[in-house]
Amino acid sequence: MTSQMHAQPHDAAPGEGPAAIELRGVEKTFFSKSETFQAVKRLDLEIGEGEFLSLLGPSGCGKTTTLRMIAGFEEPTAGEILLHGRNQVGVPPYKRDVNTVFQSYALFPHMTVAQNVAFGLERKRIGKAEVHSRVEEMLQLVGLADRGERRPQQLSGGQQQRVALARALVNRPSALLLDEPLAALDLKLRQAMQVELKRIQRDVGITFVFVTHDQGEALTMSDRIVVMNNGLIEQVGSPQELYERPKTRFVAGFLGTSNIMEGTVTSYADGVAVIDAGDDGRVLVPADDSAVGDQITVSVRPEKIVLTHGERPSGDRECSVQGTVSEMVYLGTSNTYEIRLNGGETLTVLEQNGSTAEATARRGEKVWLSWRPQHSLLLTGAPADGTGAADDAG
Amino acid sequence: MTTSVKSAPVARRPKRKWTYYILPVYTWAVLLYLCLPIFVMILFGFNNTKGRYNITFQGFTLKWYKELFAIGGLTDALKNSLTIAVLATIISVAIGGALGMALGRYRFRGKGGVSLVVFAQIATPELVLGTSLLSLFLTLNIPRGYWTILLAHIMFCIPFVAVTVQARVAGLDGSLREAALDLGATPMVAFRKVTLPMIMPGILAGALLSFALSIDDFVTTSFNAGQTVTFPLWVYGSSRLGIPAQVNVMGTLIFLFGVILAAYSILAGRRKKN
Repeated sequence: MTSQMHAQPHDAAPGEGPAAIELRGVEKTFFSKSETFQAVKRLDLEIGEGEFLSLLGPSGCGKTTTLRMIAGFEEPTAGEILLHGRNQVGVPPYKRDVNTVFQSYALFPHMTVAQNVAFGLERKRIGKAEVHSRVEEMLQLVGLADRGERRPQQLSGGQQQRVALARALVNRPSALLLDEPLAALDLKLRQAMQVELKRIQRDVGITFVFVTHDQGEALTMSDRIVVMNNGLIEQVGSPQELYERPKTRFVAGFLGTSNIMEGTVTSYADGVAVIDAGDDGRVLVPADDSAVGDQITVSVRPEKIVLTHGERPSGDRECSVQGTVSEMVYLGTSNTYEIRLNGGETLTVLEQNGSTAEATARRGEKVWLSWRPQHSLLLTGAPADGTGAADDAG
Repeated sequence: MTTSVKSAPVARRPKRKWTYYILPVYTWAVLLYLCLPIFVMILFGFNNTKGRYNITFQGFTLKWYKELFAIGGLTDALKNSLTIAVLATIISVAIGGALGMALGRYRFRGKGGVSLVVFAQIATPELVLGTSLLSLFLTLNIPRGYWTILLAHIMFCIPFVAVTVQARVAGLDGSLREAALDLGATPMVAFRKVTLPMIMPGILAGALLSFALSIDDFVTTSFNAGQTVTFPLWVYGSSRLGIPAQVNVMGTLIFLFGVILAAYSILAGRRKKN
């Protein structure tokens, strides 16, 4: 958090005027003939002015439903949605001061690019000259100044994406809602658009609420990320907080690769719990409250682990376990190892390709894995399902 | 590399195998089959007939075009047919279009039943529709004439409009309408500015179908016409005495009108794509 790269245009601290968007006890249940589906179970969230906030989660976690409720396409079953302190429940979408960028872009195919961008302004009874200049200015901002007379279907996917963005931003909404806007682009373009989106957001200073299932996207762009699962918020925090200090198994598994270990606490003192990992191995984990005999779940990121041969490592890497290399993959800038612990669990280790191109260990070799206690993360909750990132140690 | 450049002569088209010609010949044969009656109709509109029968070609003339409206009964019949076709088209587009929108966009109780009725109406033999309508009008003691014909035509046109509009609406990205609402358009404006232009091809197709169905309908009309005579009824009635060449001319003009409309819609569609 100290090394936050982006300028901090806001502070989401409550108390200094109403938040740009506030959700209070929002619930949404869909009723159909055969079943009821609770898409959003309970949501309390404040989004600050000028903030870039991501709603991150697997499909069906309720993130898109939440966005659609803010836009006004769905009404919450319970709770309040406030824009700058005013409740929006019951207000139709065309009277809400937010605009949406749709996953399919939803550009009007029978209009030119310029007509698409002008659509919102023309609804506001703004003079023709001003509409024209604002459309021009917005097309300039997204780098499509010379494409105004084209039809949307004559543009590439990335360009269509920019038109959708321009069409929403030109209205100067108090918040921009983006529903997986980059999902349809290929990888290279998606990465370029991530940077572009972030630049545009900083330029215009508008609150962005960004829905995505792509953790990389969320980490790259967001000021804060809301991780959702099963219609509930799992954790809210800056990208660094969520990556470095995930609180639940779900968050640890969904953001990045996590090694999950389970064990029984053998001793607890000074806020540090110790679990036994066999063969002289031991894992220390900072814990606010624990007791001998507790079953706990510990996670450690693959890049925090150091791999060594021979004797048990000493120094400040007090956590250490022993295992056998079962797989080694060369990834160019790094190597990944799959290490099978003597206890049967498998840990992933990421090793940067340093001065020597030689891999540290080969398949079948016995190695020590060690890391600092502060990199041990105590987790709660059930594992992330379907992500495949969490190695369930069973 | 040099040899290949040197040895490349001006390419002569290699002799094609006879199988290459199967598809073109077949295609032209089918097109000819489809168009032959139309050619005959057009040709006999220029026939310089001496007697009352217009069945052998006796020389070229333009006089039937000059005397197009010389037969009073025929002109009245054509007028009836045209006004009925236009009214039936407008009204069935309004009713059938709304029906198609509902079927294409919404899920509602009884949707399956409505779809069934629409398709049953298309599938039912006209003879059945015509006779049952006649019994209905007789039972209700409604005098048959111009308005009962119109009512019958609207009835059999609605399903065709509904089906074409429904297909168009179902293929529409639902977020287009949401995008319009999101950008500040009221539901009415969103319909006018976005939904309507998007489903226009479906509406036009339905309208063309309706017009074509109405203007040459014979079966249903004959049961419900009373004393009113439409173009097809007049032609049928005169066939025993010999059909005058004006009928061919009118048929040609109606055909040309249809061709122009179809060509326009194709060209408009092409322009939109480019």
